[in-house]
Amino acid sequence: MTTIGTPPAGATTPSRGRARTRALDTERSILSGMDRQVPHVRVAVTIAGVLILLGLVVTCAGPLFWLFKAATSTSTETLSDPFGLWPSGVHWENLTEAWTTIRFGTYLRNTLIICAGTWFFGVLVAMTGGYGIAILKPAYARVVSAAVLATLFIPGVISLVALYLTVIDLPVLNVNLLNTFWGVWLPAAASAFNVLLVSRFLQSIPPTLFDAARIDGAGAVRIFWSLVLPLSRPILGVVSLLTIIGAYKDFLWPLLVLPDPDLQPISVALPRIESSTDLGVFMAALLISVVIPVVLFLAFQRQFLRAAGSAGAIKE
Amino acid sequence: MVALDTEPRAPVRTGTARRRRTPVTWVRGGGLTTLLFFLPLLLSFTLFSWWPIARSLVLSLQQTNFIVTEWVGLENFQRVLADPLLGTAVWNTTVFTLIALLIGFPVPLLLAVFVAELRRTRGLASVLAYLPVVIPPVVAVLLWKTFYRPDDAGLFNTVLGRVGLGPFQWLNSGDMVIPAIVVQATWASFGTAVIIYLAALMTIRTELYESAEIDGAGVVRRFWHVTLPQLRGILLIMLLLQLIGTFQVFTEPYIMTGGGPENRSLTVLLLIYRYAFVSGDYGRATALSLLLALALGVLSAAYLWATRRWSSS
Repeated sequence: MTTIGTPPAGATTPSRGRARTRALDTERSILSGMDRQVPHVRVAVTIAGVLILLGLVVTCAGPLFWLFKAATSTSTETLSDPFGLWPSGVHWENLTEAWTTIRFGTYLRNTLIICAGTWFFGVLVAMTGGYGIAILKPAYARVVSAAVLATLFIPGVISLVALYLTVIDLPVLNVNLLNTFWGVWLPAAASAFNVLLVSRFLQSIPPTLFDAARIDGAGAVRIFWSLVLPLSRPILGVVSLLTIIGAYKDFLWPLLVLPDPDLQPISVALPRIESSTDLGVFMAALLISVVIPVVLFLAFQRQFLRAAGSAGAIKE
Repeated sequence: MVALDTEPRAPVRTGTARRRRTPVTWVRGGGLTTLLFFLPLLLSFTLFSWWPIARSLVLSLQQTNFIVTEWVGLENFQRVLADPLLGTAVWNTTVFTLIALLIGFPVPLLLAVFVAELRRTRGLASVLAYLPVVIPPVVAVLLWKTFYRPDDAGLFNTVLGRVGLGPFQWLNSGDMVIPAIVVQATWASFGTAVIIYLAALMTIRTELYESAEIDGAGVVRRFWHVTLPQLRGILLIMLLLQLIGTFQVFTEPYIMTGGGPENRSLTVLLLIYRYAFVSGDYGRATALSLLLALALGVLSAAYLWATRRWSSS
């Protein structure tokens, strides 16, 4: 924790270091650069900063660390001394046992299938729909976009039961999607939020770009494929992240649509097997379920935080 | 290039296109292609969003066992209102929401304001705060369930035991169960609010702070008179969204307690779930869903009306 004002320890790259300090000086929040020069302010900010970080480490990373510890300890150790650090060494066998005895691999595979399908259909609907509403703009676009927007304001609870009854007997087709992945993929695709994100993004692109392409003889399909899709990469990333995380986290809907244990994702399977599984093995299963999203998050922090921020921007 | 020639052209609004509109000119003008682009959206929303919403209204007036469906008028609503558990569920959900607001609203705001003052460690702090959000809720709930173990092996009982308190019953105690679930739910979700507030804090114009400073405002008054008013819009929306979200809480009580002990953590959504998927009483479940949605709608409208003076600046 270095205090502000001292030049960063960038002796090897002095020019970059100086540029960074200057950028920090022009940017300000409640405290100004001048406040920060005052010694007691500096001390107070440093102490508060250390305390905040310590608090965040204990509350946010601490439970994950404990989970790692419990997943690699025996059940009796965890029960007799929850805070003991590996009294009889690290037990990696919990992880392999979770994989074999509780068929964790099957559940993980199902989760990945659900994520992939939800991502595909979610992106398909959001991109084509957003393109239609924002750029093609036929006469009915306003009605459609109003009807999509309206669903944002209707609480999801209202249609839970009716959606379930619809999925077990699709109108017109008379198909039952119970115990199929379609039953999870398709309803998730009807996300007003994603359509809104994409159409807002496309509306911010100068329309002259599309006019020029049209004059050059490009049709709607070609504009979509070689202009809109490449331009939409940032929003595509946001929508992809939001749908995949959403699918990985979802619990109630897959619980209803996938009663067959062989098709259940980890989120549905874990609570079901909780009481019948050895504590150490169960903690190992929880750990594996956590590792994938946490590693992805640490690898793509910027994208994750930007997706969260843009989700906030649209709420405004 | 071949594909380009066979494609219908995008609408060109010239004199020739003003001819009488027939299906042929519609297809030639790109109408069909446009409709094809709308097809995924129209199909998915019709089947899985608009139709179920419309069907809810019908379903609440019916009773069905999949073979015979009969109209029963408002009987479903009467049966919902006559259920003694409804009062319990509404009371629990209200308490849950109030406690969740009490903790879950100021904590992320203050944290974001403090984190915004950090410079080098701001990125690290936001990553740490967001970490619980990326953990699947089911996993987080199951993990916290072991923390809340009522015996000496529970983490909280171990920590409190060292200073001579407890052991507490946590999820098995009727008085502690809702606060315990709220703490877990807040832990799992406060990171999102922190990130959103941080983003909003970064957009506050620095001139405002500078002029406040020139006027002699200290740190607290700068927060009170610049930061808070500037965040007003997002704060109002976040409060409303949190209200709507916590009223529909399900996963946490479902996995942690199943509504127990003695229905002390039964929420409205849990009651809907029981009606529909335990007793198979879809009409009654839909009626309660509609009542909840209506309550939320009235609440939101009242909230927006009451705060209309603050939100429009």
